[in-house]
Amino acid sequence: MCTYEAERISVTGSAKGANGWFRATDATVYYDHPVHFGAGHALMVDVINPALGASSRVGLELNAESARELALAILRSLDGVPAGLLER
Amino acid sequence: MRAETIQCNSFDDQSVEAYLATTEGEQAGGVVVIHHFPGYDEATKEIVRKFAANGYNAICVNLYSRESPGASSDDAAAAAHARGGVPDEQLVGDVGAAAAYLRALPNSNQKVGVIGYCSGGRQSVLSACSLDLDAAVDCYGAFVVMSRPESTMTSIVDLLPNLSCPLLGLFGVDDQYPSPEQTETLRKLLTQHAKDFTFHEYEGAGHAFFAVDRPSYRPEVATEAWGEIWKFYGQHLSSAK
Repeated sequence: MCTYEAERISVTGSAKGANGWFRATDATVYYDHPVHFGAGHALMVDVINPALGASSRVGLELNAESARELALAILRSLDGVPAGLLER
Repeated sequence: MRAETIQCNSFDDQSVEAYLATTEGEQAGGVVVIHHFPGYDEATKEIVRKFAANGYNAICVNLYSRESPGASSDDAAAAAHARGGVPDEQLVGDVGAAAAYLRALPNSNQKVGVIGYCSGGRQSVLSACSLDLDAAVDCYGAFVVMSRPESTMTSIVDLLPNLSCPLLGLFGVDDQYPSPEQTETLRKLLTQHAKDFTFHEYEGAGHAFFAVDRPSYRPEVATEAWGEIWKFYGQHLSSAK
């Protein structure tokens, strides 16, 4: 089914999409039908800048297990940053 | 058969992108195809062409073209996800405009049906409860009889008394959205309202069994269900009004 809902957050950073680098302002996370990944459902992550149009997007489609691993890896990486290096 | 991308003037005077496939036959019925949530994609355009190859004029509005003009279908779908989907009023307006476009074609017999897949299944029922149509097909549409909290997808049971045409429902027994229990609830409600409907529930199939580019595709079930669609539209869309 289509879940019709997404977690949406504001982000600060850059992303490289089909048209090159762009300033990322938002990210959405949802579990729904993937476009390319061969599964019925997948965890989707879109890093976007709506002000630049729908094509300013970096998309991920991951199975549930690898999505959790990715989330944990991000947290481990941040937790492992040496004291004083972490920028806001 | 001729297939092309067109611009269709919608209810709000906005021009929306649509994919049109027309048959060379005379006195042809029309079908409005509503794409699934993943968007106005190649598989949906193939469905539009399939209707034309079988003697109907068919059209699919890109429901995301207002907000994402010119974007690829997957980028537009992602943007639609970020917005929470398409408002019901806009959907009904776009389907109504598409139906009017079909009726204005020179070889139209003035009969128009609607069909939708996945989220489009619910939207097909919504359209048939909101517009004057001749036949509607709901392919595994969820959230017809139940709402999803904090979502634009709300139950449309209050609209069922307004169903304007016969309804064909095609569902997979292994689907949970809609589940067999939800399908049974819809069956009871339509019976209460004395509506003309036919449901088929297929063993060995879950959600999206028509989707040829997805692992959910069940070719034997899809072939059988397409046969039901041809029979249903043949009965309700073929003759002149």
